[in-house]
Amino acid sequence: MSAEIVKKKLILSFSPELAELPITYHLVKDFDLVVNILRAQISPEKEGRLMLELEGEKGKLERGISYLQSNKIRVDSLEKELFHDKELCVNCGLCVGVCASRALVLDENDELKFIKEKCVMCGICVKVCPRRAFKIEL
Amino acid sequence: MVRTIDEINEKIEKDEVVVLTAKEAYDLVKEEGVKKAASKVDIVTTGTFGAMCSSGVFLNFGHTEPPLKMETITLNSVPAYGYIAAVDAYLGATARSYENPEYGGAHVIEDLLSGKRVRLEASGTGTDCYPKKDIDTKITLDQINEAIMFNPRNCYQNYAAATNSSGTRLYTYMGALLPKYGNVNYATCGMWSPLLKDPEYRTIGIGTRIFFGGSIGYVAWHGTQHNSAKPRDENNLPIGPAGTLALIGDLKSMNKRYVRGAYFEGYGVSLMMGVGIPIPVIDEDMMHQLSLGNEDIKTVIVDYSVASRSRPIVREVSYQELRSGFVEIHGKKVPTGSTSSWALAREIATIVKQMILEKRFFLSEPVEPLPKDRIVKPLEVRRR
Ligand code: SF4
Ligand code: SF4
Repeated sequence: MSAEIVKKKLILSFSPELAELPITYHLVKDFDLVVNILRAQISPEKEGRLMLELEGEKGKLERGISYLQSNKIRVDSLEKELFHDKELCVNCGLCVGVCASRALVLDENDELKFIKEKCVMCGICVKVCPRRAFKIEL
Repeated sequence: MVRTIDEINEKIEKDEVVVLTAKEAYDLVKEEGVKKAASKVDIVTTGTFGAMCSSGVFLNFGHTEPPLKMETITLNSVPAYGYIAAVDAYLGATARSYENPEYGGAHVIEDLLSGKRVRLEASGTGTDCYPKKDIDTKITLDQINEAIMFNPRNCYQNYAAATNSSGTRLYTYMGALLPKYGNVNYATCGMWSPLLKDPEYRTIGIGTRIFFGGSIGYVAWHGTQHNSAKPRDENNLPIGPAGTLALIGDLKSMNKRYVRGAYFEGYGVSLMMGVGIPIPVIDEDMMHQLSLGNEDIKTVIVDYSVASRSRPIVREVSYQELRSGFVEIHGKKVPTGSTSSWALAREIATIVKQMILEKRFFLSEPVEPLPKDRIVKPLEVRRR
């Protein structure tokens, strides 16, 4: 079974003293990622910002992001994703009524159906779910 | 046609019993009518799963060497009530951790049931027979003596649905209520709910054997706030909150699938419990009651923006309409959400049916009936 290849657009924010850190080198060398710099905004005194696209194996990409975070770099995703944990969910449907885009519905078996394509990432279901079954993932 | 519990149990023993779930019974009566269905069917199984705040567990930890009289007690930093002899405690589902407001008694109960180690810290004053003053240790469910779940108020017969007419979002035990009638949340499992299927408590009483959190439990008493005198509609059903049950069972033999901690944003911690009750078809009236569907069962929608004991009623609504995903309020289509799991209610009713067919569950005659004349009294705050 080959590992799943994923692509993510990220914004990195870091303090000026971190500007020297060879980030892209480590991402390529240590985590086998393809790094595509989309935009860079680095000046000696201000907070630096880098917009990157990373591509690689899912696990390695996650570890690459953890590496960045462990170096005090804030990582925000341009395409965050909502993750629904079926094990935690009890199919109550409390999240259904608050989802304005109807991405959450109860199906004919009274089970929760999450229609990813309709989700606009408003995040209200994350707060509402009493089982904490939703997570926003980078 | 009249049928006794003894006759039904005999049929279970002889593999002759006919058991249907609430939905199957509903379908059969639609097809063949009450009379025929009543002659065929012995038992109809019901179920419910949802947040039941008034829950908790009596724990006996066993004695340390030297012994300690546990007065202040915490489990994973959640306070439990001591002062019940020396090493007994009651852990309430809604008690909150001193460290994490999203974790509470219900989560400790779920963790214990999952086999996790739970930190027990306890202290006492130290006396001649209990010289020890404090302990800090880890316990598991297997290792302690007893874990008796006793829930003073479960299985609400019916419950009001909630909405919000104000301009701000409200966080309640009925979930988030969006401003300007943005949504409606409701709480019971409609036609699956045990007490809506035996609304006059003809077969459910003190001592009734039930499915409780995945194991066998019993109705211990009528529940607190048992509002059985609530007026009934043409279907014998109360519209809005009415009867309740106090339930007892052994946490050690429960299944964590039906016992789950919950955190309601802005409100706090609660326990989600699964309960199932098989109802014997003792006569045709009982069959008629058992065959009622979501279109026949009604509740009221109340406005939670009024923070008062008696909140204004917006309208009456059937569970069929609530379940459709939208209800109409002042000409507007308002989306609905549920705090109870109908999927798990159905699963529980199906399991109870299976248990009966496999002779793992026999019906019991109530020792005493539940009171039918109770009302709920308010508490007046007096200065002197
Ligand atoms: S509110 Fe949470 S537990 Fe309930 S259906 Fe939605 S995701 Fe599942
Ligand atoms: S994040 Fe918003 S849009 Fe997406 S599923 Fe949750 S409530 Fe619906």
